[in-house]
Amino acid sequence: MTHLRLWTLTSCLSWFALGLMPGPALAQDMTPRTTLAHYENLAGQSGVPVRGKVLFTASHGQRWKCTSCHQANPALPGRHASTGKAIEPLAPAASADRFTRLAKTEKWFRRNCQDVLDRSCTDQEKADVLAWLITVKP
Amino acid sequence: MNTLKQHSRPLLWALCLATGLLLSLWWSAARADDDDDEGHGGERPRAVQMLPAYVQECGACHVPFAPRMLPAASWQRLMKNLPHHFGTDASLEPAEFKQISAWLQQHAGPGGATTAPPEDRITRTRWFMHEHDELPASVWKRASIQKPSNCAACHRQAEQGDYRERFIRVPR
Repeated sequence: MTHLRLWTLTSCLSWFALGLMPGPALAQDMTPRTTLAHYENLAGQSGVPVRGKVLFTASHGQRWKCTSCHQANPALPGRHASTGKAIEPLAPAASADRFTRLAKTEKWFRRNCQDVLDRSCTDQEKADVLAWLITVKP
Repeated sequence: MNTLKQHSRPLLWALCLATGLLLSLWWSAARADDDDDEGHGGERPRAVQMLPAYVQECGACHVPFAPRMLPAASWQRLMKNLPHHFGTDASLEPAEFKQISAWLQQHAGPGGATTAPPEDRITRTRWFMHEHDELPASVWKRASIQKPSNCAACHRQAEQGDYRERFIRVPR
């Protein structure tokens, strides 16, 4: 084998091997629909979009609602209610990155349900909210 | 003729050396701190490279504040209290918590527990208030700025932790 071919083969194999390595938490491992399926599986029931919309838009007796940062129309860019920092739209149809990393999804559900509901969201509630968000078009 | 040939090599060396010296002088002058309008004498610490995990987690809701802005004691308290972080839950996964905590401790600003600002707020440190004392109170009320913790409104490289004067532009 010539040097060039050997080098090319080695490079290709290296890149292939790198691709097989377990990626960091930042690696995209889901889609919105597989994320929904994940929560529906845990809840044992389908997500109900109408219930999800109510949960998202209603006040739950705390300082903030989901819409305080993510807007009544989550296909629009949001804004942090305290700092004013711009937030990407939450609806997957408006933002291709949303609900593609389960660890990230879980983290933000944990934080934001605590803020909005003063407790964790149940798997059913997560499924409901996500089922609704998936229907929201820009 | 002979004399010129004899001296040409050492002359060439001398010329190279001189050029090199001049270049290095110009280079260091070009990189000098142009921010020294208050006579710090070049003591202003350089921005540390931002830890990606810190930017991702702590820069999600606000500017990722540079670690030198608070003493280690303040950062320690803030990190311990993340579920109640200025009114919101900012909790981290254990691995991220450990990594970010260590980085903050390593790059924290000078001073100990006694110099920690009230509520561990950067905007209530003595240095912050001193740096911004030229600004009238009305500036903070502008819609484009709103509050002193909104660093990025005026410091265009705040995301990178760079607060040098050349990158300041105060919006109307």
